[in-house]
Amino acid sequence: MSGPDLLTVGRYAKRQPVYPKAIDGTFRRLKWAIMAVTLAIYWVTPWLRWDRGPYAPDQAVLIDLAHRRFYMFAIEIWPQEFYYVAGLLIMAGIGLFLVTSAVGRAWCGYACPQTVWTDLYQHVERFIDGDRNAQMRLNKAPWGMAKLAKRMVKWSIWLAIAFATGGAWIFYFADAPTLSHDFWTGQAAYVAYATVAVLTATTFVLGGFMREQVCIYMCPWPRIQSAMLDEKSLVVTYRHWRGEPRGSLKAAATTPTGFGDCIDCNQCVAVCPTGVDIRQGPQIGCITCGLCIDACDRVMAKTGKPRGLIDYLTEDDATAEKAGGQPKSVLRSLLHVRTVVYFTLWCAIGAAMLFALGARDRIGIDVQQDRNPLYVQLSDGAVRNAFTVKLRNMQSRPRRMEVALSGLPGAKMWSEDLTRAAGSTSVSFTVPADSVLRARLFVASTAPAAHRQDFSFTVRALDKEGGTAHESVHFEGPQP
Amino acid sequence: MAEPGNDSTKPHIDEVTGTPTKGHEWDGIVELDTPLPRWWLWTFYACIAFAIGYVIAYPAIPMLNSASKGLLGWSSRGDLTAEMGREQARMAPVVQAIASADIEKLAGQPKLMRAAIEGGRAAFRVNCVQCHGSGAAGAKGYPNLNDDDWLWGGDLKTIEKTLTDGIRNPDHDATRMSLMPAFGKDQLLAAPAVDDVVAYVRTISRQQPADAASRRGATVFADNCAVCHGAQGKGNRDLGAPNLTDGIWLYGGDTDAIHQTVWNSRRGVMPRWGDKLSPATIRMLAVYVHSLGGGEASPALAPVIAATKEEANVRP
Repeated sequence: MSGPDLLTVGRYAKRQPVYPKAIDGTFRRLKWAIMAVTLAIYWVTPWLRWDRGPYAPDQAVLIDLAHRRFYMFAIEIWPQEFYYVAGLLIMAGIGLFLVTSAVGRAWCGYACPQTVWTDLYQHVERFIDGDRNAQMRLNKAPWGMAKLAKRMVKWSIWLAIAFATGGAWIFYFADAPTLSHDFWTGQAAYVAYATVAVLTATTFVLGGFMREQVCIYMCPWPRIQSAMLDEKSLVVTYRHWRGEPRGSLKAAATTPTGFGDCIDCNQCVAVCPTGVDIRQGPQIGCITCGLCIDACDRVMAKTGKPRGLIDYLTEDDATAEKAGGQPKSVLRSLLHVRTVVYFTLWCAIGAAMLFALGARDRIGIDVQQDRNPLYVQLSDGAVRNAFTVKLRNMQSRPRRMEVALSGLPGAKMWSEDLTRAAGSTSVSFTVPADSVLRARLFVASTAPAAHRQDFSFTVRALDKEGGTAHESVHFEGPQP
Repeated sequence: MAEPGNDSTKPHIDEVTGTPTKGHEWDGIVELDTPLPRWWLWTFYACIAFAIGYVIAYPAIPMLNSASKGLLGWSSRGDLTAEMGREQARMAPVVQAIASADIEKLAGQPKLMRAAIEGGRAAFRVNCVQCHGSGAAGAKGYPNLNDDDWLWGGDLKTIEKTLTDGIRNPDHDATRMSLMPAFGKDQLLAAPAVDDVVAYVRTISRQQPADAASRRGATVFADNCAVCHGAQGKGNRDLGAPNLTDGIWLYGGDTDAIHQTVWNSRRGVMPRWGDKLSPATIRMLAVYVHSLGGGEASPALAPVIAATKEEANVRP
């Protein structure tokens, strides 16, 4: 069995099929738990409700692209606050760096969607086709009714999972119960069906057939990670100094001192979901899921040897151990400069964002001056400027707001549905809940002192909660 | 490290990866000839198949006059026409509603009002900017539509009428018509009298202090000009006679410009749009121009507001 030879000699390499064997153990159970949690998060989240009053959707997590709002529990993000999302992405990036420098490719091995769905698909495969050997036999067997039936059942289940995966995705972008109803009654938007179709197809193909090839050929992350791992990162390591020279139990029985602990049973290769041989050292195909550790530990237990012939080990520890030293404790391996720096950075960004989120204003004003014409001469000698004012009410209730002029003595202002005679120094509006009110304001000054004067618009909420915002603009007049 | 074999029949195999090399070497670095994965090849073939299908279905191959038509008969122009058709069909009921509404009650229906202003803005850019400018700020001889000075009146109905029938439009009975005499050219006034009346006009518009000439001019004005421009020079909208006492001058308010106006007269013409644009478009243009900041209330607006309020109460 040439495990690591994913690439065979030739112009084009055929995929070497991988039939991972079922295994039980510490890391397999950890994988089960993480799979359950991640899949539950994925499928349940859109159905969580969160009461935001009558003017906002009650879906806890909603990316409302149509209305340009992002809701996450108590947090509501407007497009102009996109830096929170950018901050979240930076935190995700640094978080990934942190995980990588601490525990290596743990993301790949446990939490990556490709890993989780491939794992799920492999369980289905084992359930229908049987374990590794049965799968190999079935694959070699000629096509007959039995094989066809098994394939059909397997692919149908895969397709159902793929459909559920693609189907759940769209619920993050619209009210889930409504969209679900519309989807099944054929009233949903074309894009919803297209999204489900595309994601169903990609899940089916990537999880069912491409599997480890996604990690090896398509995904940039393993390449980036191999640059990020250092001698202090936990990687799945074969203790070759303890295992070599390998030999079967029979061989070892004849020459007791000539062989190491590895009995060359190939269990580590058999359980590997990407089909690599970990005994060849760290490699791009290894997603460090730890299933080979589980497999090897069971064998070691049977042969009466200590566990950990294959284990999570840093390169530093491996070197120390080879030289006869003791490996550092797990905590010591996790705590080094890079992890501490990443963790501090991660926490600092998170704290800064939380602080900014708590202190942010939910009222805003943007003013744009009419540029064509810049000013209008009125018949009584006064000069008029026009402004388009946008009032942002970021609360989910309608609010009464007052826009006032300041810094322009003797000027009057009126909105477009009033006349100059009704002008004053302030205008009030009711801004609908969670929206932007756009109003055109005229400002007339009887005696502009200069051809350009600075002044500002101030918006003030007239309810108990209050809040103000202002923007500085110019008042333009004729050149003297 | 083993030298890469020069023998082309036997590929050199890299020891570490078990992959053949290309046979090149640069300072001990050799190039692996890693085989492409099969699925990649299939993707490549699929792309070729798609490209062939695309070339057959869509315009693709350049010919003498245009590209090949493609089996589907798709074209970007066709797309545009269809989209414009859809848009027109979508707008049709709104335009219909605007055309059939009372122009003075439009303000009571904010949605319709908004649509009318935007429709007017679009039509303005096509038909009106040539004279009035893209910002409707006008130019010498072409009124600024943003200000509060109107020759014929600035309420919605009056603007609509001006748009429909034009000003001094030849061969059209309903057009707005008035003619300022060419006092100098036609020898209705002697040259000194013209100078005097110019001085008087500049005095009543507070551009220069009263002097002997302007006092003489007052008499000339009362005899020749007041019949249209009014005794105080405040103009007369029924005749399109401008207010001479305000700060706005269509042809300029300096001595030379006013002198030219009195001597040669001015006869600005606005086309009538009633025979070129649909009534709905003219209505939208009127609403747009009215919204620019100088629009005036209709003489009988008060009852209209009451009526729209009642209407608003009925509406959901």
